[in-house]
Amino acid sequence: MKARDLADLAIRNLREAVFRNALTTLGVAVGVASLVAMLSLGVGLQQLASKRLSQSGLFDTIFVTPKNSFRGMGRPQREVQPDRPARALDEDARKEIEKLPNVIEVYPQVRFFTEVRFNNKPYATVVAGMPDSSKNSGSFDGMQGHFFSSPTANEAILQVEFAKDLSEKPDSLLGQELILRYAERQALAPNAADPPGNAGEPSGGFSVVPRELRLKIVGVVETEPAAGYGGYGNARLLMPLETASTLRAAQVNDLRDIVRDSKANKTTYPSLSVRAKSPSLVEALEASIKALGFNTFSLLDASKSLRTFFSVFDLLLGIFGSLALAVATLGIVNTLVMAILERRREIGILKALGAADSDVQQLFFVEAGVMGFLGGILGVLFGWLLGRALTYGTNVYLHRQNLNSIELSSVPWWLVLSALVFAVLVSLAAGLYPASRAAQLNPVDALRYE
Amino acid sequence: MPASDPAIQLEHISRHYSMGGTSVRAVDDLSLSVSQNEFLALLGSSGSGKSTLLNLIGGLDRPTSGSIVTNGQNIAALSPLDLARYRRDSVGMIFQSFNLLPRMTLEENIELPLRLAEIDRAERPARVREALERVRLTHRMGHRPAELSGGEQQRVAIARALVNRPKILLADEPTGNLDSATGEAILGLLREQSQHGMTIVMVTHERSLAEKFADRIAIMGDGKLLSISSAKGLAQ
Repeated sequence: MKARDLADLAIRNLREAVFRNALTTLGVAVGVASLVAMLSLGVGLQQLASKRLSQSGLFDTIFVTPKNSFRGMGRPQREVQPDRPARALDEDARKEIEKLPNVIEVYPQVRFFTEVRFNNKPYATVVAGMPDSSKNSGSFDGMQGHFFSSPTANEAILQVEFAKDLSEKPDSLLGQELILRYAERQALAPNAADPPGNAGEPSGGFSVVPRELRLKIVGVVETEPAAGYGGYGNARLLMPLETASTLRAAQVNDLRDIVRDSKANKTTYPSLSVRAKSPSLVEALEASIKALGFNTFSLLDASKSLRTFFSVFDLLLGIFGSLALAVATLGIVNTLVMAILERRREIGILKALGAADSDVQQLFFVEAGVMGFLGGILGVLFGWLLGRALTYGTNVYLHRQNLNSIELSSVPWWLVLSALVFAVLVSLAAGLYPASRAAQLNPVDALRYE
Repeated sequence: MPASDPAIQLEHISRHYSMGGTSVRAVDDLSLSVSQNEFLALLGSSGSGKSTLLNLIGGLDRPTSGSIVTNGQNIAALSPLDLARYRRDSVGMIFQSFNLLPRMTLEENIELPLRLAEIDRAERPARVREALERVRLTHRMGHRPAELSGGEQQRVAIARALVNRPKILLADEPTGNLDSATGEAILGLLREQSQHGMTIVMVTHERSLAEKFADRIAIMGDGKLLSISSAKGLAQ
């Protein structure tokens, strides 16, 4: 029988028992909807996590340290490559890295341990400079207050736990001032005791002068965007990078550098942050930076683990979602087996008129496929609506908690297509037994059936 | 096929069933020849094996042994697919209970064999109309079987059996559900088909009608052919 005639007959048969077939189709739809809703949640959560992490800059950022850098504070150790010469991480190095392909920006990590005074009480903390570009990272979304008004503003954003140390009501700190007390590094004049060849050159040594700077608190943020990977512990007070740089605050590497190379009075950085154009370019860029003689560290490995986690998560959600579809397939088997009983005589007539076993089998297959396809379309629609409802409900809850809205579920085109194909395949599989049973009916027995 | 060749040649046909551990010989070593354009009536008591024999000739059933040759091919040896094609293209069957599909219109019922034969859609309306004209029911084309009388339904069944232009028409008690006048009209219609070159084998209980319309009458008993003779009075 031609495909069109087969489809005509199948649809006509489905319309004959419209209520029962509609219920069966609805069963498939519910199964597909549960599958789609589960997977859309998995996809949505994955996209949410990826977007947040990507916005945070953690996955497109490479942290560069000198090879002979002291490492610690829980940062992963990297293998030392003795064949490469150790280089100072200074301004020259920064410019050189900036010229590498696929680099958006290179900025130094200005991060120092110091004291903050607020209401005449001292608080010890780590201060970090934030580049202006970090305001678009998403890390400051949902913060109390606002980002720095300019790259050179004397303003501070506090990490919420630090803010709680300063005041029981962190939001009351907004607009208030605190005093940053820090040690400014000042180069020493040429030393008369130096060897003659060094006369007139800076000694490479420096003195430390205590300074103070008033900073206006403009925001309170949940966590430091770089989450401590920038080095030397989590910063609890954030200030504009340019402002922090002009302080020339003594950093943890200064003493090491002066001991190692007293002739070089160039400013060196404990570490640089290099932002790549996309996370996929990080691996190649890391290799290029290593070739320049520096150590690198990125969260690429963590990103890979995250992808593995979500793949397993999606698989589990898919399995749970498929349970309803498995129940729905039993509905299809039941409906078609009932149809064979009801249409036994009709099958006999078809065979008497010349229908081959394959014609009868295909007819039942098409009926199962049509129910699967229609159920699949409805199911995708229901699943999408369910996802939207979950997102809506979640966002109502988040708004009550003064948190930003999120997209909890996502139904990408591949999920729609896969769900439809899966629904049809499962329905066809469910139709296998009834179709084969119908095809094998003896026409003489079938014609006798009343 | 030469005109002198029989349309149906049965050689030592047997059909045995196993029922509750005993073997039932529905058709037992029966040989019979039906000429082209012949109208043969099969008579016999209930359980004599006449319907089984008709099913064997129609390819709905297979013999336990023996051969059934029609149009030069032994249908007992055909594959299931070829046997389905034989039913579709070479024979038309009508039944006592008409066996029309109640949810289809007459037109759709008659079109069904054309769909199975994969006849071009454009050609089908003309073929359906032609078949309905032969049974004089073109005016009821859009009706459903339940809206027709028994006689009309049997005429539709005849039209459906004729629509694929088979050479053989098999009728299993075509008048069993009809009153005598309508039964006569239906057999008159079958007779017309026979005169138009169709070979007809009809199972019936009604000897008088068989004698009136058939060319020959074969009488069966216990699965065997008891006698075969010319009908006494033929309707001209």
